[in-house]
Amino acid sequence: MPLDRRQFLGSTAAFSATLSTPMLARAQTAPNVVVIGGGAGGATAARYIANGSQGGINVTLVEPTRSYFTCFFSNLYLGGFREIDSLGHSYGTLAADYGINVVHDWAVDVDRQAKTITLAGGASLSYDRLVLSPGIDFIEDSVPGWSLATQNAMPHAYKAGSQTELLKAQLANMREGGVFAMVAPPNPYRCPPGPYERVSMVAHMLKETNPTAKILIVDPKESFSKQGLFEDGWERHYTGMIERIGPDFGATNVSVDPAAMTVSIDGNVEQVDVCNVIPAQRAGRIAHLAGVTDGNWAPVSAYNLASRIDENVHVLGDAAAQGDMPKSGFSANSQAKVCANSIVADLAGGRAFPARFANTCWSLIDTNDGIKVGATYEATDEKIAKIDGFVSQVDEDAATREATYRESLGWYDAITEDMFGTA
Amino acid sequence: MGKQGLFAFAVIFWAMQSSPALSEGDPMAGQAAFRLCAACHMIGDGAINRAGPHLDDLMGRPVGGLSDYRYSDTLTEAGNEGELWTEDRLNSFLEDPQGYYRGTRMVFRGISDPNTRADLVAYIVAEADNYDRAATATSTGDMPPEIAAILAIQGDYAYGEYLSSECTACHATQSGGDIPSIVGLAPSTFVHSLISYKIGQREHQVMTMIANRLGDEEIAALAAYFTTVE
Repeated sequence: MPLDRRQFLGSTAAFSATLSTPMLARAQTAPNVVVIGGGAGGATAARYIANGSQGGINVTLVEPTRSYFTCFFSNLYLGGFREIDSLGHSYGTLAADYGINVVHDWAVDVDRQAKTITLAGGASLSYDRLVLSPGIDFIEDSVPGWSLATQNAMPHAYKAGSQTELLKAQLANMREGGVFAMVAPPNPYRCPPGPYERVSMVAHMLKETNPTAKILIVDPKESFSKQGLFEDGWERHYTGMIERIGPDFGATNVSVDPAAMTVSIDGNVEQVDVCNVIPAQRAGRIAHLAGVTDGNWAPVSAYNLASRIDENVHVLGDAAAQGDMPKSGFSANSQAKVCANSIVADLAGGRAFPARFANTCWSLIDTNDGIKVGATYEATDEKIAKIDGFVSQVDEDAATREATYRESLGWYDAITEDMFGTA
Repeated sequence: MGKQGLFAFAVIFWAMQSSPALSEGDPMAGQAAFRLCAACHMIGDGAINRAGPHLDDLMGRPVGGLSDYRYSDTLTEAGNEGELWTEDRLNSFLEDPQGYYRGTRMVFRGISDPNTRADLVAYIVAEADNYDRAATATSTGDMPPEIAAILAIQGDYAYGEYLSSECTACHATQSGGDIPSIVGLAPSTFVHSLISYKIGQREHQVMTMIANRLGDEEIAALAAYFTTVE
């Protein structure tokens, strides 16, 4: 029997009523997941939990900044390869298309007994599961003389945004033939190749605008990520411009005087013009306030990134002590997907699949001279353990290096879409 | 002669005899008729790709089989599934290109006259120096057994969706040109790509590492997912 328009509308209304009633009832009783930190770990986790549970889990994302600037690719901004605006992303799509409750505030306390979070604005949120992805904070006094109070004299630029713009402005205004010093961090720290890609990008910029300038790296580490590849590149592109002082020459005993613009290396005082201090690091403060850290970092299970101290709290990305993965945006994004699958399975009846992880870190040495390192990982009882890996080779041809750089551009577009749900 | 041998003989016999009109084609007349094609295709020694792929040594070649020409998904998929250019296939394609390979990029409405088609096919055969008619007719195609085995698996969509998150870290929905989009590929194309990294036919540090870790079940699951999402 054909329906007339009136009958059709009537049946549609009845149909939608039967659908919407249980949806409303479910939303009221749906479990709550609160994600703290909207970077590569947190934004990805929020999106995958919301999408994977199809409304079966209420997801709240707590992130203080309204426009998030990715730390990855911020060195390319220093080198003049990216505009700062191209690194900024908003959370509008996560709210509009994924139904995520995006709260722009700081989480200042976690009560794990009551399962509540206090925000700086005074509000409180309850959770069934908490995902912490707060990134890093700096260890006070790890570089004597440096503090957040003096960070404008000697920027860290290791959380992207205003600090990155400040460092670039200082480099652009540096006197002719001046010295740019970097105090590199000890292990473990965010983005292992990051400081050395930064040196490459600063060298690229100075070579064009201030070719007699010098770069001094003060580095407490014996060796660093992709060292042979970077040093080969520096020799080819920036001959004689870059000097690195390692632990053999006192780089484990470094202090700075931001007012005098000096760096003291084992008692030898160097006058510098621009100084980038990247202090030693630890998990973002909220992880310590939540009481899920052991020392500087938060130990987690490799199977679902659940805290080893509280199974209702998951810790992702830089803040986690997980095993073999480097602290990178790619790693955080990879871990977030494993964590999200586990949470959706536990709280919304989704299927649980075995943990699997991957990472690739691209770095740019000079125009069209890109390199990369990557690995796959699996979960073991002890840690996230490396399975297989690769690294670029020193003798690669120019076409390979250019392809590697172009690939990194494709990756940036993809991972930011994966995080924020929009290109 | 066993049953199988009899069958093979019959196939060869059939292939050689199937189309009297085709076997009577005149290559000289076909050469004249080729001007219909020459706006887009070159043929003969030294032929190169133009708007269309070159047609030298076409016969016996996998459909969509030139690595340096960008075919429609339809032709690429047909080649992945083992289809080769035979006289019968070429004849049918030329009669109604869009009907035979829906989605082909070849902008040509077809040739309705069977004699002209027979002449054209005879000419293209004459320009195929190493064409082994019998071997081509009986070939099951050169689809690697690894690919056929995976295409036979019913992929687990939910598992594929989970695994796909490993891909979407680098492959955006829209291709920016630097890393291709892998959404909506034909199953055979998707599987063929991953297998080509696994067996070393294609090399790429990241893709080789990722593909090596994927078993048949995983690839089938990924294909089930990626070939259906938009």
